[in-house]
Formats: sequence, structure tokens, C-alpha cells
Amino acid sequence: MSDKILVVGEVADGELRNVSFEAIAAAKEISADAEVVALLLGDGDLNGQAEAMIHHGADRALTVSHENLKEYTSEGYGQAVMEVMEDEEPTGVVMGHTSIGKDVTPKIAGRLELGLISDAIEIEKDGDQVVFTRPIYSGKAFEKKVIKDDGLIFVTIRPNNIAMLEKDESRSGDISAKEVDIKDLRTVIKEIIRKKTDGIDMSEANIVIAGGRGVKSEEGFKSLYELADLLGGAVGASRGACDAEYCDYSLQIGQTGKVITPDLYIAVGISGAIQHLAGMSSSKVIVAINSDEDANIFNIADYGIVGDLFEVMPLLVEEIKQLQ
Amino acid sequence: MNIYVLLKKTFDTEDKIVISDGQIEDDSAEFIINPYDEYAVEEAIVQRDKHGGNVTVVTIGDEDSEKQLRTALAMGADDAVLINTEDDLEEGDQFTTTKILEAFFEDKEVDLILAGNVAIDEASGQVGPRLAERLDIPFVTTIVDLEIDGKTAKIDKDIEGDVEKLEVDLPLLVTCQQGLNEPRYTSLPGIMKAKKKPLEELEIDDLDLDEDDVEAKTETVDIFLPPEKQAGRVLEGDVADQVKELVDLLKNEAKVL
Repeated sequence: MSDKILVVGEVADGELRNVSFEAIAAAKEISADAEVVALLLGDGDLNGQAEAMIHHGADRALTVSHENLKEYTSEGYGQAVMEVMEDEEPTGVVMGHTSIGKDVTPKIAGRLELGLISDAIEIEKDGDQVVFTRPIYSGKAFEKKVIKDDGLIFVTIRPNNIAMLEKDESRSGDISAKEVDIKDLRTVIKEIIRKKTDGIDMSEANIVIAGGRGVKSEEGFKSLYELADLLGGAVGASRGACDAEYCDYSLQIGQTGKVITPDLYIAVGISGAIQHLAGMSSSKVIVAINSDEDANIFNIADYGIVGDLFEVMPLLVEEIKQLQ
Repeated sequence: MNIYVLLKKTFDTEDKIVISDGQIEDDSAEFIINPYDEYAVEEAIVQRDKHGGNVTVVTIGDEDSEKQLRTALAMGADDAVLINTEDDLEEGDQFTTTKILEAFFEDKEVDLILAGNVAIDEASGQVGPRLAERLDIPFVTTIVDLEIDGKTAKIDKDIEGDVEKLEVDLPLLVTCQQGLNEPRYTSLPGIMKAKKKPLEELEIDDLDLDEDDVEAKTETVDIFLPPEKQAGRVLEGDVADQVKELVDLLKNEAKVL
């Protein structure tokens, strides 16, 4: 029997998230000749998104439109995905390790008593076995994990780690709508309050500018936001900065916050405690700006500037403006 | 209200990870309550104090796990259960843990189960939702606010920085996110009292399970440390020149701009 891998797409603000395209690439890494079936859930026309998934390497797409899928709920999505799984009998299921992926995959794994590997960053083959690498202890160590006994390959992948396939608009494939019966939901969403300043999620951003205690105030973060805007990046923070209420805890990077792997990480006024390093030390290029030349952050930074951040940041903003 | 907290011990966040013989060395590690589980313990106590009831803290671990349970009791939990798997299980995964907890909860009347949204060691975040599904109760992950009004919970859920406001009826399982509360410190009288609070110890046999029932669905085949990051260059000269040089390096050497 040949492999069939279901990739559950995820939409934010009407657009598919990059991690959904990365999940298609992951499916191909799991099994090069698998049929990759994209699944799009929502309420309304999903054909554009289905097409985008096919352009990024899916062989065909299923859409499920239902009023109970308008907003994400674990119950709505869970029922829809499980019904499609029952129909399609895939040999693998891949999703992004996002707020939604983290929420719905363990529900499905719990119901169907499946093994599930969360937050994979690398996929390799060892004979017939698919081996997933995932960070543990927030990136202080890594483990390689397999699904035992030829079970369904069920995995979520961390955004920004597995390269998506090149978009090919000449690709075509079957798109079919599927009716799914979704029972009443027990959770009722009243409202969603947008707090993010822009559309770029920190875990998916290529560039992250993070501030620490050295930034000294909420006001002090302004230059970080300015730089992030210029570079199309996101702003993050150390625990110290969050504890001091310079910014929201949702921005926290580190062992009790987010673990991120951007191409460029600029640490501004961050000393580099071991808990913080766990959250960002796998970034490809690290820049540290700190007035304390003995700060631990310099031990892992590719480039460092020892200096007053309030002097350095405006200059850096200007320099980037000129570059553009 | 019957409130349960799922708790596990983890390495202190200060600890470095050392690997020997393909295993993570834990002889010299300092163990703490998983930080996210601490929010769960705190919230359980706050809700009990508001609505009455009982807080039971449950952990799966070894005999040393008693320490973290006593800490939770010292914070104000009423009783604790240690499911000791030291002699029975070599390796387990999230399926294993869920199976054991499912058996534990089989004969329990539950209004609210709280857990951390993730443990800072394995960091899969699976056990909460898996367990809710097995118990056929709804769950909400990464909560940052909880208000219980009769049989209804009003919840603020963090979704990657945005906040979703939702309502759901009890019984319910929630997983706790940073920002939910400030866990209290234990006081000396609290610690003294905790020594006398009930702590039940069970083995999987007591839950009518054997090794085969809980056999893991996944297997760890290797554990390794990341390559050590080398310190790079600290730039020199006038600050304005350093900034110019930095932008040049990022553009032309690192090629990230």
C-alpha cells in the first residue's frame, strides 16, 4: 500500500500560514512518493486556499465548510479531522506546531489512542523508519523519536524549520468539498481580542528584535518596534522585561516562554541568562547589544556591540533606513 | 467543587543538561514543580477559596516526587496522590501518562482539572487534551483568566498573543499559561501543615493496569546536545562606525538582511 499523508492547513487572517506549506514539505520528507492530501477547514469558500496548498506541493485537496468551523475550536476541528481521517485512512497526518496544532492534535491522539510527536524540527529516514528530531528542555538538548509498531505517522512541525517547497502555479489537482457532520460545540467563543501589533507571529518571523531589562521601560521598546517594522520582523522580550511590565508575557522568549529560531536575532539590553538562551540560541545569526561587556549574551552572539543601547538603537534604525 | 491538579517535576530552569550513556543525567539535578503546573496549583487554590471544595494534586513519578507534592500541599492544596511507576515502567510517553491518569480518574467525581500548558522538559503539551478526550470532558488550553459562575466557566485563552474569550460548562479541563496568576511562595506554617496532609501512594497495579496496557506508542532513539555556539566578534571603534560595520556584516557576511 502506498503512503497517503494528510496535511491540515491553517489559515490566519484569510491567508494560509507558511507552516502549512512547510507541513507539505514535511509530508514529502516522511515519504517521497506519498500522496499528499491537503485539508482546509472553515466556513465559506476555501478553494483559493486549497489551490495554494496544491501549488506548494499537495496532490489534491479536501475542503470542509461548516458554520461550526468559522472560528477554531478543538471540538469542531477535531470532529472534522477525525471524520476525514476515517474516510481517507491516511498513513500520516502533519500539522504545524501552532496554537491550533498544539490544541487539536493531542485531542485526536487521545481519542484514537495514537502516538504523536510534537514540535519536530527535522525529519530523516533510517531504512523504513521515519525519525523526528525535536527540542527538549527548551532547546538545551534534542531527542530523536520514532512512532512504534508501524503506527500512523502523526506529527506537528515547528514553524520556520522545514523549508517549504517552491511554489509552482502550474501544478493542479483535484479539489473536492466534503460534508462533515459536526455536533453542537460545548465551548462557545464570545469574542477574540487582537493584541498583536502586527500580523507577524514571533515563532514564524525571520527576524526578531528582543529587549531585556536594559531597555528600562515600555517607552524604551519603541525603537525595537521601529526596527522590527523596518525589517519586517517581530518584537520579543526576556523574562526580566516581562516581569518588569515593559511588555506582555506573550512576547517572552526562553524556557518558560517561546522557543524561536529566526534567521536573525537581535538581543537588546539582554544579559543572556541560561533560561533565555534556551529559547533563542538556535537562531541562525545572533547580534547582541549590551553595555556590559561581560554579559553572557556575548558568549553566543555572532556579532556584538558593547555600548549604550539608547545610543546604538537610533543609529541602527537610521542605518537600516538608508540601506532601504 | 472537586478540583484536581496534574503536576510533574522538572529540572530547575537553571540546570545545565548533561548526557551520559545516551540518557540525561539527573543525579545532580535540582527538581522543581514544572513552572506551568505551579500556575495550575495556584489557580486551583484560588478557585477553591472562592467556591469551596477540595484540591487534590496528582503526579506520576518516583518516590522523590513526594517533595514537589509536599510543596503543592504547603501552597494550600488539600491532599495529594503519587502514582509511583518507578518499579513498573522503564519508558513511557504521553499515551502512557494519559492511560494511567484515565484509570485514576475513572471512579472520581470531577468538576475541574487543571494542568500546566506544557512541561518545560518534554514540552509536548499533550497530556491535558489527551486526558480530557479520554474522560469525554471539554478542555481549554493556555488559559490566562478563569472565572467560574455556577456551572459555567468564563475563560480568557491566549492564542499566540491574542486573547479569546469563551464560555464552557463544567466539568472541564484547563491548561494554564503564564500570566494567569502569580504562584504564592510557601510559608513556614504552610510547610508544617503540609507534612500532616494526606498523601496517597499508588502503583499502576492499584489502578488495574499492567505494563502492556500502558506501553508507549513512541520511542526515543537518541538524545544529544546542540553544538556549542562559538562566541563571535565584538565590534570596536566609534559607536556610529560599529553600527555601520554591523549592518554591513549582516548584509554581506551573514546575508540576513
